[in-house]
Amino acid sequence: MGFFQAYKMALKSISGNKVRSFLTMLGVIIGVGSVITAVAFAQGSTKSITDSIEGLGSNLISINITGRNSNRNITYDELKTFADGNSNDISMIAPVVNGSMTLKAGTKSRNSTVIGTSEEYEYIRSRHVQSGRFILSFDNDYKLKTAVIGTAVANDLFEGQNPVGQTLKINGQVFKVVGILQQIDGGQDSSSDDQVIIPVTVAQRLSKNSRISNFTVQAADADTVDTAMAKLNVYLTGIYGSTDAFTVTNQAQMLSTLNSITDTLMVVLGGIAAISLIVGGIGIMNIMLVSVTERTREIGIRKAIGAKRKNIMIQFLIEAVMITGIGGALGILIGLFCIRFIIGGFNITTPVYSPFWMMLSFGISLGVGVIFGMFPAYKAARLNPIEALRFE
Amino acid sequence: MIQISNMCKIYEMGENSIYALNNVSLHIFKHEFVAIVGPSGSGKSTLMNMLGCLDVPTTGNYVLDGHEVSKLNDSQLAEIRNKKIGFIFQGFNLLKKLTAIENVELPLIYQGIGHKERHRRSVEALEMVGLGDRIYHTPNELSGGQQQRVAIARALVSDPPLILADEPTGNLDTKSGTEIMKTLHELHKKGNTIVLITHDNNIAAQAQRIIKIQDGMITEDKEAV
Repeated sequence: MGFFQAYKMALKSISGNKVRSFLTMLGVIIGVGSVITAVAFAQGSTKSITDSIEGLGSNLISINITGRNSNRNITYDELKTFADGNSNDISMIAPVVNGSMTLKAGTKSRNSTVIGTSEEYEYIRSRHVQSGRFILSFDNDYKLKTAVIGTAVANDLFEGQNPVGQTLKINGQVFKVVGILQQIDGGQDSSSDDQVIIPVTVAQRLSKNSRISNFTVQAADADTVDTAMAKLNVYLTGIYGSTDAFTVTNQAQMLSTLNSITDTLMVVLGGIAAISLIVGGIGIMNIMLVSVTERTREIGIRKAIGAKRKNIMIQFLIEAVMITGIGGALGILIGLFCIRFIIGGFNITTPVYSPFWMMLSFGISLGVGVIFGMFPAYKAARLNPIEALRFE
Repeated sequence: MIQISNMCKIYEMGENSIYALNNVSLHIFKHEFVAIVGPSGSGKSTLMNMLGCLDVPTTGNYVLDGHEVSKLNDSQLAEIRNKKIGFIFQGFNLLKKLTAIENVELPLIYQGIGHKERHRRSVEALEMVGLGDRIYHTPNELSGGQQQRVAIARALVSDPPLILADEPTGNLDTKSGTEIMKTLHELHKKGNTIVLITHDNNIAAQAQRIIKIQDGMITEDKEAV
């Protein structure tokens, strides 16, 4: 008996009981669909974070002060003096104080990220203005309430007007808009365009926190990143007495941290996928066992007229694999649908379509069919023809 | 054709051993039309299972068409059933979801015969039993007599040396029963060997030779008058 014949038989049996076959497949459909959707979502978010880290440039070093076990507080001026003394390795340093704040202009309001920093930030992060000017040193010196706004903020709050020279309220305080940032990617506004940059001295007052816990540093060039990091580490250890109170990281380290998070995420996703497919597989085994009992007489007839154990086994196994295969294919379609219309539709992130994961989950669903179809098929093949023929 | 010698089938029921067949020896020749008769519990069903290679005897030998089958394994028995025996059952035993021709094709599918030849031979077999115009009907669309004729076509299609009919008229009204017996007679005339198992003496009387069985033993073996 050829495989083609067995496929035809299986197809006939599946289509002869459509509702049941569909319900049997449902576990696999949901499993595969959710895996594909989750992977597209995870890979999409990872990609956008990776892109933004990579966009920072490889010269970038980031300092985070946690201040653990210490009352000492390092100021921007101290770090700046240190940087000036090591200008062969460190070219620039800027403080970063950020938080989400409420913006208001006229009757419109929105929540955006507000970053307090100095004029160096413009060059370290390549955040140039398209019109007006960036924050300058005298803004910080005189604690002027000036703001440079991103395109998303400009478009929303000052629709159709030139924002430069207008006023804007940040957490109730009145600021003067002095510049508009260039759009990051051109075309669509991203989260980096939903920002307002103000002088760090003003931001410290606004957030009622005199401590600056983040600094962004530019090494002199890519080759001095390691030296610069080493010097910063020594200097900060000297101040805080231990390495627990701060971290100094560069772009490569941030990427590797991100990768380890992504890997963990993928393991978790894989685990969920595996569990849902096993549950789906158990459902299939259950239905196949019922089906074997129901079709005892059919099996008896087939055996009486010459079907070997092998033939019966293949017939039921192919039926199980076909159910999971069709389930897997439908799951992929549903996954694609979810990616397109749920993730894509609500603009949560730009999803990544991963053919590898689609093939993998389809392959696994076929495997589930083989594994969970094996026992019912074996049971069917072992039936005694005399007893099976007597079965009512 | 069929040569059974000293065949015993013993079922162990707790402490007791039940002899369903007790030292049965039997010869059936080619082109014979034999009826095996006996009341229920006489061992005729067991004998039929042995003859049909659905089961193997506890002791004794069974040679069918030159093959010693009493020592074969499951898969070899399936092959013998497929090629050497055509079954006709009391309850027709057709697959309800398949059409008449698909039912008839089944033994050929398990022989691995290609689609075209399968179709040709199945149509031929259905025409032989007078159902040439019903080949795409499912069993539910056919009368009992017609269903049994589909079963006969299925038994014939692989041209087996032995046709084994187990109470073929048991589920039919008298008229359909008579027609089925007529078909069996025609097959016999064409040269098939037929073994008919029944408890009905009137049906048995239509055979050439009648073998009576009781308590697992052959009690009478005579030519029909």
